[in-house]
Amino acid sequence: MSTPYAKLPAWADYGLIPLINLSVAFIVAGFVVMLVGENPFRAAVILVEGAFGKGTGIAFTLFYATTFIFTGLSVAVAAHCGLFNIGTEGQAYIAGLGVAVVCLTFDTTLPWWLTFPLAIVAAAAVGALWALIPAYLQAKRGSHIVITTIMFNFIAASIMVFLLVGPLKPAGSQAPQTRNFLAGAELPKLNWIIELFGAKIRSAPLNVCFLLALVMAFLVWLLIWRTKLGYEMRTYGHSPKAARYAGISETRIIIIAMMISGALAGMMTLNPVMGDQHNVAIDFVSGAGFVGIAVALMGRLHPVGIVLAAILFGMLYQGGAELAFEMPAISRDMIVIIQGLVILFAGALEHMFRPYVQALFASFSPRSVGMEAVKGKGA
Amino acid sequence: MAQAAIELIGINKSFGAVRANRDINLEIARGTIHGIVGENGAGKSTLMSILYGFYQADSGEIRVGGKPASIKTSNDAIALGIGMVHQHFMLVDNFTVLENIILGAESDALLKKSIAKARSELERLEREYGLEVDPDAIIEELPVGLQQRVEILKALYRGAEILILDEPTGVLTPAEADHLFRILKQLKEQGKTVVLITHKLREIMAITDNVSVMRQGTMVATRETKKTTVEELAELMVGRRVLLRVEKGEAEAGNVKLAVKNLTVKDSRGVTMVDDISFDIKAGEIVGIAGVAGNGQSELLEAISGIRRAVSGSVMLDGKPIDLTGAADPGELRDRGLAHVPEDRHHVGLVLAFEENENSILGYHHDPRYLKGPFLNIDAIMADAKDKIEKYDIRPGNPRLKTANFSGGNQQKIVLAREMEQDPGVLIVGQPTRGVDVGAIEFIHKRLIAMRDQGKAVLVVSVELDEIRSLSDRILVMFAGRIVGERGPEATEGELGLLMAGVERQEAAE
Repeated sequence: MSTPYAKLPAWADYGLIPLINLSVAFIVAGFVVMLVGENPFRAAVILVEGAFGKGTGIAFTLFYATTFIFTGLSVAVAAHCGLFNIGTEGQAYIAGLGVAVVCLTFDTTLPWWLTFPLAIVAAAAVGALWALIPAYLQAKRGSHIVITTIMFNFIAASIMVFLLVGPLKPAGSQAPQTRNFLAGAELPKLNWIIELFGAKIRSAPLNVCFLLALVMAFLVWLLIWRTKLGYEMRTYGHSPKAARYAGISETRIIIIAMMISGALAGMMTLNPVMGDQHNVAIDFVSGAGFVGIAVALMGRLHPVGIVLAAILFGMLYQGGAELAFEMPAISRDMIVIIQGLVILFAGALEHMFRPYVQALFASFSPRSVGMEAVKGKGA
Repeated sequence: MAQAAIELIGINKSFGAVRANRDINLEIARGTIHGIVGENGAGKSTLMSILYGFYQADSGEIRVGGKPASIKTSNDAIALGIGMVHQHFMLVDNFTVLENIILGAESDALLKKSIAKARSELERLEREYGLEVDPDAIIEELPVGLQQRVEILKALYRGAEILILDEPTGVLTPAEADHLFRILKQLKEQGKTVVLITHKLREIMAITDNVSVMRQGTMVATRETKKTTVEELAELMVGRRVLLRVEKGEAEAGNVKLAVKNLTVKDSRGVTMVDDISFDIKAGEIVGIAGVAGNGQSELLEAISGIRRAVSGSVMLDGKPIDLTGAADPGELRDRGLAHVPEDRHHVGLVLAFEENENSILGYHHDPRYLKGPFLNIDAIMADAKDKIEKYDIRPGNPRLKTANFSGGNQQKIVLAREMEQDPGVLIVGQPTRGVDVGAIEFIHKRLIAMRDQGKAVLVVSVELDEIRSLSDRILVMFAGRIVGERGPEATEGELGLLMAGVERQEAAE
């Protein structure tokens, strides 16, 4: 009786339930599309075709997904340690400063494959340091990390505005951004991979950061489930009391987890800055940090889930842009509504359908939910 | 037999896939005390919650006083004359007794009239049942036994004819428990019906007229108390024969392993919970600390294990000091051979969301045996977990299963296996068998004695007096943060009970 709901087989837990949640989100979104007088089925086709139909669409989808993988991983690492890092947005934004310094310094002298590692280190270091302050305040002073990281988003934004309209802006320029980077800070595109499969690509920003994101996803998996540090983070995340009992230092684990989270947030910067725009402009993060929260929740804090959820959100971004273009009645704001519905059903209402699915499974075969084995034989 | 006060016919209740109650039939005769026993998770609380309107049965019928009843909320239950005294009191701490009693049953929009009416009604109830309580006392200033009395008065004030008590003696001293039983008998004489849910078989034998035994969601037997024995009931509960008393030889105490001197500990509010305590534990003996919950035992355990910082005092482990007032850290103490089985295994001793194998290294995850550089050595951890599962008969024997899915007894075995297998010199155990089923209690007690016989120093803190008496070689009694007496294992329950209640009597000292 201590566990009111039974366990589900893994494939239902990680496959079926997200699928049901997603379907419901799209059905409700369909009604919204009907309300504005458009055909929801045609809208769905445009959305999916826009994202995956052509080579260019796929490349854009994966480009957006790259950004979301980084921010999703950032949120997930902190969440495994029981910390809600809402500061991913600000940590990514301020990390733009580190990337800018490296790129502006070396883009004339070094080739991209030397600038890139330096920029990775700079982005990660600045992001980590920006997360260090709220982490320290949480660990030592008990200041709530949600509050402090939100505040730090504003501070980061203000600092970046100050720098981009002042010191970092080339003299005489009207635009609040750095000068454009030269070839030494431009990352190679990955479009040729998609072209290998026969698709045509006009011009798309998909770049090597996508591979870096996949590597980081693997490293995060390794960290969380295969290292002592990850074990300690998860222990603290589930139960601070158990962590204290196990001799895990609260201060140390909070600071380390937040710095790793901040570093991942910072690395997100590389994708749009070095892979696409080749400059650091005002507001280049544009909400990707917050999308990371949704991605992490939807991916159930698991790197594989996060990569899939990031691709889903990449699809909504790319397909949504196409949709807004094809159907004038559907504006950008409508796309935000659809994204909101996905977040609502996949994240906030995650447990809405679970009891029914469980009851269904139980009625088919109690063994599949593992109950007889658990309750029956207990000593 | 007298007319049935309550009849339950074919009650079924499932939570998802878990069938908490299956085809329960139960008849409780009017004017009797009816005991319901069963292990944790047997479905006792679910059944009573159905009767009190917290849950709805999936199928089945409830009859109250011979008439079919539909109980959808606790208000329905109250209207039918059913009252419940919960294990955890539902009282407002900073209200007076009277205010608590009328809460939710105010007879008038203005409080003054309600209180006046309640006061006279309360006086009548007190006279009738011998339930004296000062109506103007603030709840938090009352001892636990009196708070419970307020709960009973609350039910009676609402016109309860049938009173359900869920594990009522868990928080009481033996003397308070005796007093409660006298009250229950008085209630019975006045024609009320009492349902007593408990896992303490001796209470069942002492006070009930009939007893029903539940096991794994089914009602396995109903007996007339006079015609049954503790052994039979235990066997019915577990489904096999159990040894109720542990057998152990004489202790062969050796050198002092752990010496506590003038230890003082405050809780988070700054209240002194452990007040200048000194004692020591020798190799090869079990020292038991008896006391009613909340007299500083928890804080003492936390301080000795390094979880809570002590205010002053010194502790020597194997003759070397440990700095409990400053830097002592549970990890460091563990390295020095002090293992700790905490009272609260759900939040402290285990991470319920972890797989079993992950919990089997909690606190020992620095041990190079379980690591390969910065990485966990999964193969070694799994092999180690399987080994412990076998040695400690942990069921189900699947180290990949989530810890929350193990029963209380098996969870406790996971903690014990982890701490005992490290071969510590000193083992401190809080509430070794709280929420643990009868079958596992026997196993845990045997293991603790085996530790003692291997020459370990064992400290056991428990609110179960029976457990303390059957395990300990020396018994220390804690009251209000102090050790108020030391006794041998032959001390009687009455003698310990007086000490636990803080009654210091010179003749009890010898």
